[in-house]
Amino acid sequence: MKIYLKIWRQNDSGSPGKLVDYELDNVISHMSFLEMMDTLNEQLVLSGDRPVEFDHDCREGICGQCGMMINGRAHGPIAHTTTCQLHMREFKDGDTIYVEPFRAQAFPVKRDLKVDRSAFDRIIMAGGFVSVNTGQAPEANSIPITSETVESAFDSAACIGCGACVATCKNSSAALFTSAKISHLAKLPQGKMESRKRVLTMVARMDEEQFGHCSNTEACEVECPQGISVLNIARMNWEFSLSSILKK
Amino acid sequence: MELNAKIPPGPLKDKWNYYKDHAKLVNPANRKKINVIVVGTGLAGSSIASSLAEMGYNVKSFCFQDSARRAHSVAAQGGVNAAKNYKNDGDSVYRMFYDTLKGGDFRSREANVYRLAECSAQLIDQAVAQGVPFGREYGGYLNNRSFGGVQVSRTFYARGQTGQQLLLGAYQALMRQVAAGSVQLFTRHEMMDVVVVDEKARGVIVRNLDTGEMERHSAHAVILATGGFGKIYYLSTLAMGCNASAIWRAHKKGALMACPSWTQIHPTSLPQSGAYQSKLTLMSESLRNDGRIWVPLKKDDTRNPNEIPETERDYYLERRYPAFGNLAPRDISSRAAKERIDAGYGIGAQKNAVYLDFSKAIKEQGQEKIAQKYGNLFDMYRKITSIDAYAEPMMISPAAHFSMGGLWVDYELMTTIPGLFALGEANFADHGANRLGANSLLQACVDGYFVAPYTISNYLSGEIRSEIIPLDHQAFVDAEINVRAHIGKLLAVNGTKTVDDYHKTLGKLLYDYCGLSRSKEGLTYAINEIRNLRNDFYENVKVPGGDDEMNGELEKAGRISDYLEVAELMCLDALTREESCGAHFREEYQTPEGEALRDDKNFCFVSAWQWQGEGSEEVLVPEPLYFENVELAVRSYK
Repeated sequence: MKIYLKIWRQNDSGSPGKLVDYELDNVISHMSFLEMMDTLNEQLVLSGDRPVEFDHDCREGICGQCGMMINGRAHGPIAHTTTCQLHMREFKDGDTIYVEPFRAQAFPVKRDLKVDRSAFDRIIMAGGFVSVNTGQAPEANSIPITSETVESAFDSAACIGCGACVATCKNSSAALFTSAKISHLAKLPQGKMESRKRVLTMVARMDEEQFGHCSNTEACEVECPQGISVLNIARMNWEFSLSSILKK
Repeated sequence: MELNAKIPPGPLKDKWNYYKDHAKLVNPANRKKINVIVVGTGLAGSSIASSLAEMGYNVKSFCFQDSARRAHSVAAQGGVNAAKNYKNDGDSVYRMFYDTLKGGDFRSREANVYRLAECSAQLIDQAVAQGVPFGREYGGYLNNRSFGGVQVSRTFYARGQTGQQLLLGAYQALMRQVAAGSVQLFTRHEMMDVVVVDEKARGVIVRNLDTGEMERHSAHAVILATGGFGKIYYLSTLAMGCNASAIWRAHKKGALMACPSWTQIHPTSLPQSGAYQSKLTLMSESLRNDGRIWVPLKKDDTRNPNEIPETERDYYLERRYPAFGNLAPRDISSRAAKERIDAGYGIGAQKNAVYLDFSKAIKEQGQEKIAQKYGNLFDMYRKITSIDAYAEPMMISPAAHFSMGGLWVDYELMTTIPGLFALGEANFADHGANRLGANSLLQACVDGYFVAPYTISNYLSGEIRSEIIPLDHQAFVDAEINVRAHIGKLLAVNGTKTVDDYHKTLGKLLYDYCGLSRSKEGLTYAINEIRNLRNDFYENVKVPGGDDEMNGELEKAGRISDYLEVAELMCLDALTREESCGAHFREEYQTPEGEALRDDKNFCFVSAWQWQGEGSEEVLVPEPLYFENVELAVRSYK
């Protein structure tokens, strides 16, 4: 099939960018979206143009490195899918596809479709861990944890840190990302001990990084490749309120 | 040159304790004055960086990804082994040691493998303390599943995302140290060369991938935890950025490379569907707990699999290996699949796959139970193929997966360059000629959390008086000049073929002649073809853009230029090993039933290779393997 592409090209964070038109023949429906981009880049290289820079690595939906706005939706038209797991069978012959970077004040564009998501790392640095050193751990079965608790913690821990939640949110809020880590650790006895302090430091860091506030539109949950629930945000807000009151 | 593995004295079960009791220490006040560089932030890299930082060393950590959390350990699905014997099914440290040694076809060191099994239980404790949500039974205790090549249940898992959860634990430990100021983290930086001063590793040259800037970093020790290089086959289960560059450049600086041709071809990946394909997605081996593998008894059977009756199916693993059946080890399962596919029984449009069928398990356990165990894998399968595997069998095929080979290391995980360590998949150590499922996460973690903190301290105890090497030292200047010259050479060609073009050609060559089965004739042919391809690369490759900017094509070109050299050594390694063992199957050396025929009399050694300079053939330095605790048995799973 033939595809018309409008792709965001931008040299660096300091220069203006624009949408550039490309045409691609011989797109096969079994191709992944990124393989379609590979095919385009091969053409660009051979014709002497600069290929489109985009983030990607594992191409199996788990590393969280890929991510683009495709026709205005984070990771494209399918819910709960990363860009690398999107296939061209979701498009028709003759379609025009708009491809843009994830946009947020906290995610400056580095080049073309690549953005800087290091703000997420800094949120984790603010307390997204259990303070245990190597070699200190007690026997793993010494604290039984119910299967329901662990499965629920896993649901929160499954976040791949891609940033689709931020890109989707009209306020560019990182509430889903931050709350997923807060919930993962607060649900388990190992992380419970530090949860009062953790929620305050991580939320403060999230605000410092220029992410917007959550206004409960729940758009993030739809685009999340791991289907992280907005109930995590409710838990974060509850933990935050409680911790703020107890601190006073 | 003679290799000294530095195995501690004493009985097998006491060696590691003996080592720990006698290892030299560094005074806490001196640790602050010592700098350590860690390249790679996967399980091995993150765990050693955070462990050393907790001890008080100054650590610099580098990765090419945009966050430390994205290293490819994240993609391991099935689980991590540990000899906890929670199931009371006869497991023990010794049994795990024996399974791993036998799984590796007796081509690894007893002492290393025993230590891996010995430290396994501690790793589970560590991960649970970090908040890794391993699967639990309803009573609240940890659960296990079975994996290939063993008859006990010792695999701990976090649904189908065990690697992700373990890595997040290690990543969070790392970020905790970054926040504390004891680790400086450099993301989007690629190691270009190791700097050697007075025959010791004393620094690295790295390139900032966002700006193209070249940087020099000085240290008292350098640790490479840069993973495997199965991506050399182009089509593989690895991430696009996985590479051999760091270990290869260390190799060219004097570190010996061991058994580079030993690559695990994983039996349960999705088959290739077209020439545009960039990646083969793995379906966890854990699926073989409940899935049955078969092909039609009749060639070119184009019926829908559900319409093929039981009597017309060949469950070839159950037929050939009744004792282990669908849980036969990976090398054996992959070879058996290739045998059926080559004989014309393959299924799918390209006749390159076999079925993995869950209908029996769904009938016996119910769809809900199967979904609970493998739900995310079934979802992934549907996303990629648009087929519902609850309703019809999956189609799977072998794919390049794990590098057993890597930098040669001694018992202390140190390479032949003093002060240069290699951890995790980047080294050749514990897996021999074939790695057992769920042992890779284990090895990466054990190296980083439990082994290297002792052995690196032992080395550094001798370096407390070593001055920091200034960045304008001639060794740094020379290394950077060489790196820049190589980049300049790649950019100057300005030919007519893309980097990916070369990678695809090289991958196909290797898969055909240095993959699941190898022969003298094929390997000799491949070596010649690789040399031609390498010459062609430097005449006709096209790398757009410059070196002083973000340039994805240049990054790829650097990695492929290394792969074009690694590939030749892989073929030479496979050619000179005139036996079959584990993943290394030489067509000339097999039993009448087509099983691998090992030659313990002549090949019971590790092949370590020494670089001799551009254009000269590498020299083989064998490290003999001694077995004092087990008898070398024929590896049978029948």
